Amino acid sequence: MQLTRRGFFKSVGAAFAATAAFEVAAASPALAVETSKEWKLVNTEEYTNICCYCAGGCGSLCSVRDGELVNLEGDPDHPINKGGLCPKGAAMFQLRNIVDPETREIVKNPDRVSKPLVRRPGAADWESITWDEAVAEIARKVKDTRDATFIENENGLTVNYTPAIASLGGSQQNSEEEYLILKMMRSLGVVAIDNQARV
Amino acid sequence: MTSHWCDFQNADVILHCGSNSVENHPVSSKWLNKAHERGAKWIVVDPRYTRTAEMADIYCPIRSGTDIAFYGGMYNYIVQNLIEPNLADYLAGKDVPVYNFEYLLNYTNASYLLDAEYSFDVETGLFSGWDDETNTYSNHSWHYQTESTEEWDTSASGDYAWVKAEGVPEFTTPTIEHPKRDMTLADPMCVYQQFKQHYSRYDLDTVCAICGMDRETLELVYATYAESAAVGKSGALLYALGQTQHTYGAQNTRAMSVLQLLCGNIGVPGGGLNALRGEPNVQGATDMGMLVHEHPAYLKWSNTTDRSSLRKWLESQTYSDGYYTNKPKFLVSSLKEWFGENATVENDYGYDWWPKVPTHKGAQDYTHISTFELMDKGVIKGYFNWGMNPCHSAPNAGFVRRSMAKLDWLVVADQVATESATFWKAPDMNPAEIDTTVYFLPCALIYEKPGTILNSGRWLQWRYQAVEPWDEAKPDYEMCDLIWTSICDLYEKEGGANPDPILKTKWDYYIDGKIDPRPVTWALNGYEIAGTEFNGTSAAPKTALLSGYANLKADGSTACAMWIYSGFWSNNDAPLDAAEQPIGRRDNNDVSGIGLNSNWAYAWPNNRRILYNRASADLNGKPWNPDRVLCEWTGDKWNLVDAADFTAVKNGTPVPPNDKAFFMLWEQNARLESYGMNDGPLPEHFEPFETPVDSNLLNGSLNNPCMMFAENESTSHGTVEDYPLVATTYSVTEHWQTGGQSRMCPALVEAMPAQFVEISEELAAEKGIMKGDKVRVFNNRGSVVVDAVVTKRMKPMYVHGKTQHLVGLTHHYSWAGVFGTGDTVNDLTPNVGDPNSYTPEYKAFLVDIEKA
Repeated sequence: MQLTRRGFFKSVGAAFAATAAFEVAAASPALAVETSKEWKLVNTEEYTNICCYCAGGCGSLCSVRDGELVNLEGDPDHPINKGGLCPKGAAMFQLRNIVDPETREIVKNPDRVSKPLVRRPGAADWESITWDEAVAEIARKVKDTRDATFIENENGLTVNYTPAIASLGGSQQNSEEEYLILKMMRSLGVVAIDNQARV
Repeated sequence: MTSHWCDFQNADVILHCGSNSVENHPVSSKWLNKAHERGAKWIVVDPRYTRTAEMADIYCPIRSGTDIAFYGGMYNYIVQNLIEPNLADYLAGKDVPVYNFEYLLNYTNASYLLDAEYSFDVETGLFSGWDDETNTYSNHSWHYQTESTEEWDTSASGDYAWVKAEGVPEFTTPTIEHPKRDMTLADPMCVYQQFKQHYSRYDLDTVCAICGMDRETLELVYATYAESAAVGKSGALLYALGQTQHTYGAQNTRAMSVLQLLCGNIGVPGGGLNALRGEPNVQGATDMGMLVHEHPAYLKWSNTTDRSSLRKWLESQTYSDGYYTNKPKFLVSSLKEWFGENATVENDYGYDWWPKVPTHKGAQDYTHISTFELMDKGVIKGYFNWGMNPCHSAPNAGFVRRSMAKLDWLVVADQVATESATFWKAPDMNPAEIDTTVYFLPCALIYEKPGTILNSGRWLQWRYQAVEPWDEAKPDYEMCDLIWTSICDLYEKEGGANPDPILKTKWDYYIDGKIDPRPVTWALNGYEIAGTEFNGTSAAPKTALLSGYANLKADGSTACAMWIYSGFWSNNDAPLDAAEQPIGRRDNNDVSGIGLNSNWAYAWPNNRRILYNRASADLNGKPWNPDRVLCEWTGDKWNLVDAADFTAVKNGTPVPPNDKAFFMLWEQNARLESYGMNDGPLPEHFEPFETPVDSNLLNGSLNNPCMMFAENESTSHGTVEDYPLVATTYSVTEHWQTGGQSRMCPALVEAMPAQFVEISEELAAEKGIMKGDKVRVFNNRGSVVVDAVVTKRMKPMYVHGKTQHLVGLTHHYSWAGVFGTGDTVNDLTPNVGDPNSYTPEYKAFLVDIEKA
């Protein structure tokens, strides 16, 4: 079996991958000249991922140093994209971090919301809420809505559904999450379940 | 896709219809260019001269929404120019290299005789079986005539002995009805003769008048694509939402599959019907059956009519022949995974705990478009949005916002505060009047969590977690677990409306006490119940994962949520390590020589890279093209380059070649004519809900008689007198759908900072619009202001003898977000739908335009 570069990383373990890559690179005469300056990917761990856009399934490499993403690029071993990425794929790094135009520092993407929020009836803005509170309130609302609308029997047939709750989405999730969303909704009795595949 | 991305390199002819893949699926270019460089001819049929058209050899404009007229014309061309002149010679045993008669006669239902009552009435545009009262069809007369019948052999030595095994639920086994055939294709009731007659109306001049095409170009397109019908040649057909988003979108996709069958292009390398999917894991979500009437893995969900009990499900869904004779094994295994030890043969494996979707006559519809009518009426009170943004993406988005304002509560799981999360802040909404409680749950990004994703080619690939989610963001699997266990706690403490469906559900996907996607992969892959322990430890996981779906049983001893994935996570030596599973394979040494890459990741089903691959070889098992081999009968066994999509071995003995090339259908031949559609057995041209013409040149019905939701007041139908321009929508390479991801990336907003309407120089001159002007595009449903792009890429067309203008809009921007905002283009699109898929008609509607 031909051992690919990524396959080689796997075989030595992810934690050692970066060091190995650097040493392999340094051992190559073609790249030796580069070793005098600090390489962007020195002391990083690489993790493979798959693009979040067009369902091409292009492979990407996420390089991580000290627990932070420092680079994202196409996976050169991937048989579909062979290292290439389109403009969107190449910008996936920015989903998490962007360069601050003022300071030129890498900062968290300010468009992303990373704490739970609630908007109360009639309110003109969001409020903060803890995960525990949000989950407890959601569970209560789901139960109250379900209990008030649940149809166990219709025309002599056991039907076990609620017409009052709908669930939309799933094509952005991983498959394991799709199963859990579906299982939760169906077991609650939701019939109005759809995702991006409908449109 | 029936094939996969790397297979485009094998095509001899490429046809893009309803797809601009060079722009929107950029990686396709890598493989299309390989074919093109080798000499493949490339055709693009599109309302607009796109980036894909720029790469192609032939560009043919088409009026949005008239694809079936175009395909029907191509059928007629093939019948008149390839089949009719050569059929007698072929039947006389002569060699006819220009057309693959062997494929048509043996692998499709061309020779099958249709029911004597089958008919089509040109005057009304209706097929036989129409019911005026319900505006629906009975498909009885669309079936075949029966030659003979056969019963399942369930004796101890029979093929179906498993039916009688202990634990298998009782059901009446189906009867195999062998259809009557005429292998000379002469019988007037055979599918071929009916097909020929049906499409004889689709002559070149009529097609040109409907589609707004030029006759010379159209003929060139037909002649060029028909070259792929030669023995050993292949044509790849690529499509996307340009085909599906119509009130006859499902018939568009059928029309394409019929074309591919007519040309012998299904199941061969470089062929295929290639749906370029429009979301990163929409293939997975479709597989998962996250749709009102669907069950995971292309089974059907329970309902109030033909699936109202386990027995009824088994009797209505189990095929009489072919691979779907195994459906009882798939469904019982699904129930066992869903309800675990609570599912027993005595309680029908818990089947009645599943909600039954109302399907009886007059029942309420619950699909996407209808949900907003139900919110408006106060029926739907609570709504979950999982990474989907209907206030931006749903048709007639203004109506969507106003309907959602009547919800009691809304939960949005996303990474940005989308238009749906902030609908109460929309420019046309007053928050003080909106009582909806909205929860925003921050989700982890793709590289902040592990899991499985599928591409359009059905490859399952693993995403490794690279970094921890920011702050308090969580993976969706963790959110689900938190909400679900909280609801279960409430029902355990308080009781409530029938708690059994909730409390009997198996939910034990924990490792070391923490929710974990890896045991969920076991559920998807399937396992022997004896020998598999959930809720285990990372130190000593215990599994008996199945090596494939052939091991599934209907007796309750196996469990599997997703039979088609079975095998993708099957290594019991390392059940918690993706890298050690078939999904984690990274050997990119392609031994097939034609890009199958069979040792990279895993393709469902059974690592098959090209579906229906039996059809790549003739009746004797000899490949049509010796340079592109998927399977070959060597005289005593099959040489398999791809995993066989047919019965290659039975009970340990090789099965010699036969005509059963499509064994996922009970007749095991593919359908030129199909009784499976709600709106007709053959694709027929109809006009969009909003059309610029006042008649249908091919039949007496202007619109699809089965069109959905047109009677809803909210659709606000507009006429050509008020809105004379045909409009369509599309994407640019820098952005993705509603921009939830791409508008949060400054680099992409900088690269494509605004949305626009593309208009022809002629229309611009008529309206006094200059390049870069702000213009208002409007109809009865909404009005948006966008930048005008005046371009030669759009040209006026001649439709029904008159000049017709088309405009095209991008649709990525809206009011929410930090880096890029704009108006919501889907305020303009109509909330009407297809009668099979209920998919909205985004791709053809009417507007007018003026300087803003």
